[in-house]
Amino acid sequence: MTEFAIARVDLVLLIPLAAAALLALLPGYRLTARLNVAATFLTFLAALSLLFTAHGAPGTYLLVDDLNVVFIALNTFVGFTTSVFSASYVGHELETGRLTPAHLRFYHAMYQMLMFAMNLALLANNIGLMWVAVEGATLTTVVMVGIYRTHEALEAAWKYFILGSVGIALALFGTILVYVAAQPEIGEGLDAMEWTTLVAHAAKFDPALLNVAFIFLLLGYGTKVGLAPLHAWLPDAHAEGPTPISAVLSGLLLNVALYAVLRFKILMAANVAAVAPGPLMVTMGLVSLIFAAFMLYRRRDIKRLFAYSSIEHMGIITFAFGMGGPLANFAGLLHMTMHSLTKSGIFFAVGHVAQVKGTQRIADIGGLTETHPWLGWSLVAGVVAISGLPPLGIFMSEFLVVSSTFARAPLLAIPLVLGLLIAFGALLLRLNGLAFGEPRGPIQPVKASYGPLFAHLTLVLVAGLYLPPQLVAWFQHVAQLLG
Amino acid sequence: MPNLEFDTAHLLAGGLVLVSFVLLYQDRLTSLLNIYAVHALVLALSVAWQANIQDAPHLYVTAALALGFKAIVIPVALRRIVARLGIHREIETVVGIGPTMLCGMALVALSMVVMLRVTTEATPIAREDLAFALAVVLLGLLIMVTRRNAVGQVVGFMSLENGLVLAATGARGMPLVVEISAAFSILIAFIVIGIFLFRIRERFDTVDIGALDQFRGERR
Repeated sequence: MTEFAIARVDLVLLIPLAAAALLALLPGYRLTARLNVAATFLTFLAALSLLFTAHGAPGTYLLVDDLNVVFIALNTFVGFTTSVFSASYVGHELETGRLTPAHLRFYHAMYQMLMFAMNLALLANNIGLMWVAVEGATLTTVVMVGIYRTHEALEAAWKYFILGSVGIALALFGTILVYVAAQPEIGEGLDAMEWTTLVAHAAKFDPALLNVAFIFLLLGYGTKVGLAPLHAWLPDAHAEGPTPISAVLSGLLLNVALYAVLRFKILMAANVAAVAPGPLMVTMGLVSLIFAAFMLYRRRDIKRLFAYSSIEHMGIITFAFGMGGPLANFAGLLHMTMHSLTKSGIFFAVGHVAQVKGTQRIADIGGLTETHPWLGWSLVAGVVAISGLPPLGIFMSEFLVVSSTFARAPLLAIPLVLGLLIAFGALLLRLNGLAFGEPRGPIQPVKASYGPLFAHLTLVLVAGLYLPPQLVAWFQHVAQLLG
Repeated sequence: MPNLEFDTAHLLAGGLVLVSFVLLYQDRLTSLLNIYAVHALVLALSVAWQANIQDAPHLYVTAALALGFKAIVIPVALRRIVARLGIHREIETVVGIGPTMLCGMALVALSMVVMLRVTTEATPIAREDLAFALAVVLLGLLIMVTRRNAVGQVVGFMSLENGLVLAATGARGMPLVVEISAAFSILIAFIVIGIFLFRIRERFDTVDIGALDQFRGERR
C-alpha cells in the first residue's frame, strides 16, 4: 500500500473522529449542523477516492478490498444525505423544544462517532477490531435512541441496549473461538486475528470448532442485523429515536452487521469440512421475511411500520447471500444497496410527516398527497419502491433473488414469493390511508429539505431502469468473491 | 507437582462457574452485588494464574483491571445507587429458585457437551477454560432473564462479560487488544447504564423494569 493510499484510508476514519471532538465542543445549532454536513461530505469524498483507485496490500489492522469498498461508499453517501436531512429535522425539534441545544451538541458528536465506528467496522482487517467497532456503533446508537428521554424512548433504548449487548457478547465469544481454531495453524498473536491471514489458512482449521464459532457469530451479529427471532429491539429503537437515527439504523447499521456475517461466511466457505453457512442464513432470512410480512398488517405507528419493513428486507438480503452463487450474491448486493437508499429516503419523508402532523400514529395521518403534494408523492414513490413494484430498483433486485431461487431451489421460492406478496399487500394498504383520502391532522406547510429525499429516489429509479455496465461488472466481481 | 498448572486453572475457572450459580439465586440486590464482587475476584485470580503459566505479563493488566475495576469500583458504585434509591431490600427475581437452578445446571451440561466435543485439538487448559467460559456466559444470560430489576440485569450482563474475559485469556496468546477492549467496554457500558439508571429514576422514581412494561410502543 502506498503512503498516499494509507492516508486516504485513514481519512475515512479521521474526519469523523475529528468532527466528533469538534462538534462536542462547539455551541450553536446552525454552525454545528452545517459542520456535521461538511464532515460527512468530506468523508464521502474520501470514500469515493478509495473507490476509484487501486487498493494495495492489506495492513495489519485496516483493509480495503473490493467487498468493503462497496459498503463504505454506500455508508458514507447515506451518512452524508442523512446529515443534510438531519439539519432541517433538528431545527424543527429545537423550535418545538423536544431537544435542547445541549442535547444537540451531544447528538451531533454522537452522529460522527457512529459514522466513525461504522467505517472502522467496515475497514477492519482484524476480527477483534471489527468487534470493537460494532460494539462502539451499538453504544452510540443506544444513547441517541434515548435522547428524547420520554418514557417510550427510555424503554426502547434499554431494550436495545440489553439485546444489543447480549448479541455483541455472543459475537465476541464466536470471535474468540475463531482465534482458538486459528492458533494451532497460524501461531499466537495478532496474525491469528487478521482476517486476510485467517482466510488464507482457513482450510486447515478444525472444522468442528469453526462450526460452533459461526453459530455464535451468526446469532451475535444477526441480532444486530435484526433477524427474527432476535429482532425485538429494532422496531422500538426505530420508532422512539430521532428520525435521522432511524434512517441511519435501517440504511446503514444493519448493513454493517450483515457485512460482519459475510466476512465470516467467506471464512467458513474456505474450509471444506466445515458446515455450509448457507442453509442457516437461508432459514433465518426466510423466517424474518415471513414473520415481518405478517407483522406489517397490525402496525399503528408509521415509523414502526417501516422498521418491520426493514426486518423483512434484511431477511431477503440474508436469504440471497445464504443461497450463494454469483447470481444470488449479485441480487443480494443490489438489494442491499437499493434497500439502504429507499428506506433511508422513506424515513426522510416520514420524519417531516411526523413533524408536521405532530404524531406517528397512522390513524391520525391521512390525505398527504392533497395537503402536502411534494411530501405525499415522495412518500408514495418511496413505498411503491420498497414494496417492490416496477420500474424501481427494488423490483429488479427482488426479481433477481426470486429467479435465482427458482433456478436452484424451486421449493424455497414458494415461501419467498409468499412473504414478498404478503408484505406488498400490507404496505400498499397502509399507504392508501396515509397518502390518499380525507386529509387528517394539521395541514400547515412544512419546511422540509427535499434534496436528500429526491436524490435517493432518483438513484433508485435510475437503478431500476438502467444500471451502468461498470457497476454491474463491479457487483459481479464482488459476488464472485462472496462465493 | 506436574499437574499443578492445570489443576489450579481448572479450580479457578470452575470456581467462576460456581459463583455464577451463587449469583443465580440471590434475591436481594445488596447480596447480589457482594457476590458479583466475589465473581470478579475469582476472575482476577484466574486471569493472573493464566498470566503466570502462559508467561504472558500483559495478562496481569487484565487481572488488575478485573480486580480494581470490576471487583471494587463497580460494586461500590452500584451499592451507592441501590442505597440511594432505597431498593436494597427488594426481592427481585421473576422465577423461583428451583426452576432457575435446574435451568442453570442444564446450561452448564450443554456447554460442557458442546465445547469439550469440538475442542479436541486444543490444549487441555484451553479446553476447560472455554467450556467453563461458555457456562459462565450462558448463566449470565439466565441471570439477566430472571431479573426484573435494572440493576440485577446489569449484574447479569457483567458476569457474562467476565465469562468472555475468561475465554479470551484461556486462548493462548490472544492479542491484548481484545482484553483491553473488553474491559473498556465494561467501562463504557457502565457509563451508559449509569446514565440510564439516573434517567429512569428521574422520570419514574423506580428502576423496576416492570414499571416500564405498561407501554408496549403502541396500543393494541
